[in-house]
Amino acid sequence: MIVLLIYAAIFVASYVIVKLVVHRQARDYTSLKTVTFGDESAVTPNRIASVVSILSIFLLWAAFTGSTLVPRFLHAPGPFIGDATFTYTAEAEGQRDDATVTVRVFRVGEDVAVPEVDPGDGWAKNDSDTVGAWRSGLIRVDRNDELGRDSGHAVVAVNGQPIEPGGSVQTDFGRVGMSPKGTLNFEPAKGWQMEPIWLPPPEAVLTRLVEISREGYRDSTLWEHLGYSLFRVLVGFVTGALVGIPLGYAMGLSNWFRGWFDPIVEFMRPVPPLALIPLVIIWAGIGETGKIILLFLAALWIMAIAARSGVSGVRISKVHAAYSLGASKGQIMRHVIVPNSLPEIFTGARVAMGVCWGTVVAAELVAAEKGAGMMIMVASKFQLTDIVIMGIILIGVIGFGIDILMRKAEKALVPWKGRG
Amino acid sequence: MNRRDGMSGLTIENLSMRFDLPNGTAVQALKDISLKIKQGELMSVLGPSGCGKTTLLNIVAGFLAPTEGRITLNGHLVKGPDAERGMVFQQGALFEWMNVRENVSFGPRMAGRREKDWGGTVDHLLDVVGLRDFKEKAVYELSGGMQQRVALARCLANDPDVILMDEPLGALDALTREKMQSLVLKLWKETGKTIILITHSVEEALLLGERLLVMAPRPGRIHREYRLPFADLGVGQDLRQVKRHPEFAQRREEILGMIWDMEEEIMGRTEESA
Repeated sequence: MIVLLIYAAIFVASYVIVKLVVHRQARDYTSLKTVTFGDESAVTPNRIASVVSILSIFLLWAAFTGSTLVPRFLHAPGPFIGDATFTYTAEAEGQRDDATVTVRVFRVGEDVAVPEVDPGDGWAKNDSDTVGAWRSGLIRVDRNDELGRDSGHAVVAVNGQPIEPGGSVQTDFGRVGMSPKGTLNFEPAKGWQMEPIWLPPPEAVLTRLVEISREGYRDSTLWEHLGYSLFRVLVGFVTGALVGIPLGYAMGLSNWFRGWFDPIVEFMRPVPPLALIPLVIIWAGIGETGKIILLFLAALWIMAIAARSGVSGVRISKVHAAYSLGASKGQIMRHVIVPNSLPEIFTGARVAMGVCWGTVVAAELVAAEKGAGMMIMVASKFQLTDIVIMGIILIGVIGFGIDILMRKAEKALVPWKGRG
Repeated sequence: MNRRDGMSGLTIENLSMRFDLPNGTAVQALKDISLKIKQGELMSVLGPSGCGKTTLLNIVAGFLAPTEGRITLNGHLVKGPDAERGMVFQQGALFEWMNVRENVSFGPRMAGRREKDWGGTVDHLLDVVGLRDFKEKAVYELSGGMQQRVALARCLANDPDVILMDEPLGALDALTREKMQSLVLKLWKETGKTIILITHSVEEALLLGERLLVMAPRPGRIHREYRLPFADLGVGQDLRQVKRHPEFAQRREEILGMIWDMEEEIMGRTEESA
């Protein structure tokens, strides 16, 4: 919630600053065009906003994970680390006595020794223990006291404030609670930062990336994992397109084909490929065949529908013009209908590639020996959150890269798209 | 071959066209149309919307088969589209995936002729329509007027006997339109092609018609026919000069009144039925 508010504040503040400092020159009539809603051409992405947006996400990530990449004063308050102390008042056989508890709060993963303390006076002795940051620990204060539980030992106050089973007392170092059976439970202050097991700092993800790209993960290098995912997508997409495009053409050109395949295509189109995973695993197992069949099915319907609408979308005047110029049916197919359908097919291919990439990751999450999805699934089972985040970022970057490549290909191969 | 003999030219005999609608009714788009168009004639067709002009043109082009009647060109029966009858559309009939020269040479290339046979003609036509410097451009980079000039050149490159024009200048602005009208007249004189031109504009029909056919709707039929001197006058001189001709204004008013009456009749009829 706090993070969201800070993000909104950065959004507003950077808008105001950029408007004041940079955008003085934007005083032409284009600013009036935005009045006509729906005129998309008047709205172009502000690149400064994009940069600030990305930077602030990383800044927030670094600040709330105590990253070493940003200066300390930007950090959100961290968890308490060090020696915490509080006193307790115990009662046994009608006598009361005070003692101090020293708890060493340490970063999980570091070596720690129980602090040595002087036992002190009275029958209640001073205690010491260790608790990891973001964790909590039971502290059996009666263990070293001269009057134990057999004598009716009970803690009645912490730092002078009365406490009873089920209750708790706030101290400067965190919360001291009491279990229903009367044992003290210390929970050091957590601060606002995220525990690495939930969200590791950016540098941890980066280190992991370097480590895994050098040493690999689960018997395969990083490139093998990503390469396998990409390979499956490519093979699935290409086979899907090889079958789907001719099928779409046939459906666009022949009543019989249209009638025969319409129910199948219209039924299969709304079935998410993810829903087919269990069936494909039953039929083809968890190996490559199963995944490629799945991706083939994901791409097939999209490509068939794209090719079909590309064919039926041809302007009749173009076909008429070609006929009256003496072209034969075959020539019209080759020189008019096919090129005219290419823009639609490219749009379909972009969609299909996106769907295939999403589907392959999901399929690998379910079962795989190699692959980007398998990598993050296995890592999450061992609570290696840094690998999970690294995997998500890599999957996103590759998906984005695929879309950029498809757009570039589209521009180079069908420059007439949308200009007919 | 002497094309002015009895066999040459386009003959339309007792042509009727009825469209059966899915709801069981039928529309009589054309009824009993007979026409003889001589080789090299320039005929414009005018009429209120729904009078079957475009249907008539589509039947002559061979895109539609008539319900009754027959069409012969130079003595043989018209059956389906053919390179002998070229068509120029209002717009959107160019192939965006080809450049200007590829568009213009489409007909000869589809006929399997080699570039050394058609290259000269195509380049000459591009010169005539003023697109010499735009040969390699993509057609979607051209203005509307230039695109229509490509369409004209493409049609002529195929050397058809008859050129059918379906409101070829309808989507152009007034100035471009006037220039294109001069171009059409010039091409008609230079090539001696038979041209049938459909238009919504009375002025255009007067300027670009040796013969002018006024059609009436419901059912589509020939209402009146004129023989006009303006096309011949327009070949040599400025079209604005031609429009100042006293007969021009008189004819224009006459035909405008005629079409207005037809439109009003249609409106009246639909109001009654509503």
